[in-house]
Amino acid sequence: MKYPKDGRFGEFGGKYIPETLVPAIEELEENYLKFKNDSSFKKELDYYLRVYAGRPTPLYYAKNLSEKIGGAKIYLKREDLLHGGAHKINNTLGQAILAKRMNKKRIIAETGAGQHGVATAMACASLGMKSEVYMGYKDTIRQKLNVYRMNMLGSKVHPVKSGSMTLKDAINDAIRDWITNVETTYYLLGSAVGPHPYPVMVRDFQSVIGKEIKAQMKKINNKAPDCVIACVGGGSNAIGTFYPLVDTSAEIIGVEAAGHGLKSKMHSATLSAGSKGVLHGMMTYLLQDKEGQITETHSISAGLDYPGVGPEHSYYKDTKRIKYHSATDKEVIEAFLTLTRTEGIIPALESSHAIAEAMKVARKGKKSESIVVTLSGRGDKDVEEVQNYLDGHVKD
Amino acid sequence: MSRIKEKFADLAAKNQRALISYIMVGFPNEKATIAAVQGLVDGGADIIELGFPFSDPLADGPVIQNASTVSLENGTTISKYFEIVKKIRKVTDIPLVMMTYTNILYHAGYTRFIADAKKAGIDGFILPDMSVEESREYIQAAKDSTDTIFLISPNTSKDRIQKISEASTGFLYLVAVFGTTGAKAGIKSYTLDAIRNVKRQTRGKIPVGIGFGVSTPEDVRTYVKAGADAVIVGSAYLKLIEKTPKDRLRSKIAEFTRSLKKQTVL
Repeated sequence: MKYPKDGRFGEFGGKYIPETLVPAIEELEENYLKFKNDSSFKKELDYYLRVYAGRPTPLYYAKNLSEKIGGAKIYLKREDLLHGGAHKINNTLGQAILAKRMNKKRIIAETGAGQHGVATAMACASLGMKSEVYMGYKDTIRQKLNVYRMNMLGSKVHPVKSGSMTLKDAINDAIRDWITNVETTYYLLGSAVGPHPYPVMVRDFQSVIGKEIKAQMKKINNKAPDCVIACVGGGSNAIGTFYPLVDTSAEIIGVEAAGHGLKSKMHSATLSAGSKGVLHGMMTYLLQDKEGQITETHSISAGLDYPGVGPEHSYYKDTKRIKYHSATDKEVIEAFLTLTRTEGIIPALESSHAIAEAMKVARKGKKSESIVVTLSGRGDKDVEEVQNYLDGHVKD
Repeated sequence: MSRIKEKFADLAAKNQRALISYIMVGFPNEKATIAAVQGLVDGGADIIELGFPFSDPLADGPVIQNASTVSLENGTTISKYFEIVKKIRKVTDIPLVMMTYTNILYHAGYTRFIADAKKAGIDGFILPDMSVEESREYIQAAKDSTDTIFLISPNTSKDRIQKISEASTGFLYLVAVFGTTGAKAGIKSYTLDAIRNVKRQTRGKIPVGIGFGVSTPEDVRTYVKAGADAVIVGSAYLKLIEKTPKDRLRSKIAEFTRSLKKQTVL
């Protein structure tokens, strides 16, 4: 789906928004369409991606991990090496440069694990703009290092104490702020979710991941990878990884957070266990009860703790081009420790979902096959959470 | 003719504007909802908006957010809500408008949900996150049965005002301020301009109601003078409900309603 003019990926997507936001969304789309193919915009973004963020990121053959499993070769797309420690900077630089060209002086954002908030704060600091970040109160506790980083980067963090006090509530409050300050404010959304054109715009900014994978694998194997895997919360690193590869023969797998298990109700596996609905401006798969109330989610990783998913993923689920699997908290911790110990790479808990799936797929694969996993972020932010989990399990 | 349309016709004949009063069903409980509705009727409200809680009310400020949470915690379900509407319908013929979010209708299926609502006694819907572009199925399902009341904002373009007023039946809901429900910013000159502008463009084809942050008799007077056909008061009612002992709720609501209604008589 190149550029969905009506904002729909099949039946998914659209613009379910309060009327006050319509002029802002129209202005955004108009400017995005104007600048996305503008050579000076592309040049500036490319410059920042290379020299500031550290692109291209390496594609690393995880030899120790692959040999330990004894199946297909596992390659890691090292988005964790980007400035800030996650893929989020690809999108925040793109949108912040766009916002600047739109003469917006005030930037707001939501964040789950804090990675998008940090990436927003960095992009804004480097481009000389003010930013404010909404973050669920629960997430400000479990990801407090990222709160400190945002503060130091000059961003104001608003802890959100409504609802489940996680990412979805942070988005609600960011939208409320936007409605209130619509004339001056740019909403820098962090995932491929929300009303059109956000899902397609965020995908385009993140597609640099998949484009590089394609070129790098061509160099290594002279063909596309046999399998590509990424974790899915809202789904921005995943859609950025997958989109440039959907027209190849690669098997594509998105991995959701199964938390305590899909039957436990303590999970965030929207595509695996959800139903269609409307939230945050889009029609997509959601976790909701029989009355259409959004249910509380759980994941050990704050970044995947979200009851919705990008509409393009919903489309690829229904068209069956992409498979969506899930990994439990327990599998994720195992994957986290395995990668850390075999390769000396500490992955984010979000990315560890993809690693867990890759280990399963590799086990069944042949040595001649190659799997690319997007390592969307580094795990420094998660070491306390993992330690707590391990301590808790020792006590059990 | 719909109850809402009839009401506006009656009021016009009497040289009055409409007072539309909003409460959240199940806040803080069913008994209070019934008492509040009685108070609204006693006090002379012309139309009642009955909020149905949604887990993620992104167009609402803190007061309605809190009321939604309380109502959901008290077990307000769709069937419970319709039961309450039926009880209200037994004692009054006042137009009743359901205010909630798109997903509640979408999830149940527009056609089924709207038919059930109509049967219970609902006359129209306000869905703050339903944009006119996405409304085809919703409008189709509501056609010839319930009114579809869309929102307009002070920053809505001329073309869109046209489109939205064509999609709306019953009345148009003009948002007074850039902000969420209950926003308190005083009377803005852009709001008064917006009322005049929307009135001029719609040329009396559909009544224009104004809401968001309207809380006092003075606010009501100002907007009526500026040309609004209806004035919508919501969060102020919820605040009153919250602080009033339950045995005095009906009379207190009636008293406040009377003070607002007085300002709509020309």
